[in-house]
Amino acid sequence: MTSLLATEATDTGFQLPEISHLFEFPAWADGGLFGDGSLLAFNRTAMLYLLAALLTIGLAMAAFRNPKVVPGKLQAGMEAAVDFVKNGIIGAIIGPEGMRYLPLLFSLFLFIFVNNLFEVIPGINFPTTSRMALPAFLSLTIYFLFIFVGVKAQGVKYFWNAVSVPGVPKAMLILIVPIEFVSTFMLRPFTLAVRLFANMMAGHILLTVVFLASNYSLIDFHSLYEGGVPEIAAHGWIQFALGIPIFIGAVALVGFEILVGSLQAYIFTMLAAVYISGSLSPEH
Amino acid sequence: MDLMILAQAAQETTTNTNLANGLVYGLAAIGPGIGIGYLVGHAVEAMARQPEAASLVSTNMFLGIAFTEALALLGFVLAFII
Repeated sequence: MTSLLATEATDTGFQLPEISHLFEFPAWADGGLFGDGSLLAFNRTAMLYLLAALLTIGLAMAAFRNPKVVPGKLQAGMEAAVDFVKNGIIGAIIGPEGMRYLPLLFSLFLFIFVNNLFEVIPGINFPTTSRMALPAFLSLTIYFLFIFVGVKAQGVKYFWNAVSVPGVPKAMLILIVPIEFVSTFMLRPFTLAVRLFANMMAGHILLTVVFLASNYSLIDFHSLYEGGVPEIAAHGWIQFALGIPIFIGAVALVGFEILVGSLQAYIFTMLAAVYISGSLSPEH
Repeated sequence: MDLMILAQAAQETTTNTNLANGLVYGLAAIGPGIGIGYLVGHAVEAMARQPEAASLVSTNMFLGIAFTEALALLGFVLAFII
């Protein structure tokens, strides 16, 4: 991994941290089963994964354990989310026969949403979906699920239906089958995982850069000024003036990242529904 | 003397790698940029012509964006891998 931008060599210039410092956390213990070097090493990311899972379960339990006829605030909000997944995703893409996948797709949506929201929650500020482990695991789950659903619904013929297109000349199949095979069985899980991962990683880097830049321009600049660095004493006010729009933009970007996080949760769930729907019936 | 040349070559390689990182992402973003613009433009046109089909159009629009965007994201990830 290379550094993010070409950093200044001087001590006083604006320096960005190495990109590995933003995403890699050391294990909490030195040795043992959950310690450093072990496959099960427990660090901040692992703790946040557990927290996200507990939050997802807790939210759903708190909202639906004792459902009231007149819903409270939490129940009403969660009912809106269920309704969104039910009508906006399953109803629009799979149809009525897809309602049995509602629990899976709803928990998928909520879990990814909570993980993405960690990016902007103060004190956490780390989108756990920006480590490849979680998107890769979720996308492999969906990958095996849609193959299983396809084999269950169409039998072994599913594999042929998935790679061929009906109604094209036989000679064209030589060209189409390899392309469809690569795109369905090799690129699908890869792009599904990378789409979520890269979006959240880009968002995390973006927020880090703008907030470090505004911190440097508005706050660090004072300490340098009082230290008596001549160039900064002369040009410090320019830097301070430039820092104000950067800070306003940084605050606006937080709102933008909330939008991106919810949109990515929606897109991941929707693509999962599209893949399941493609397996349920052959293309026409 | 040889060491000096080696050090200079190493520095040049680093600069070239940084340049390549930027170029990879920039080039990868051209196609998806055009694609998403075209896609959303036509989706908005369709929604304006037939507002009652807006929810159907927007679902398919997000689907298309997700597929088109994948190319740019591959470039973004590749820029870090290089």
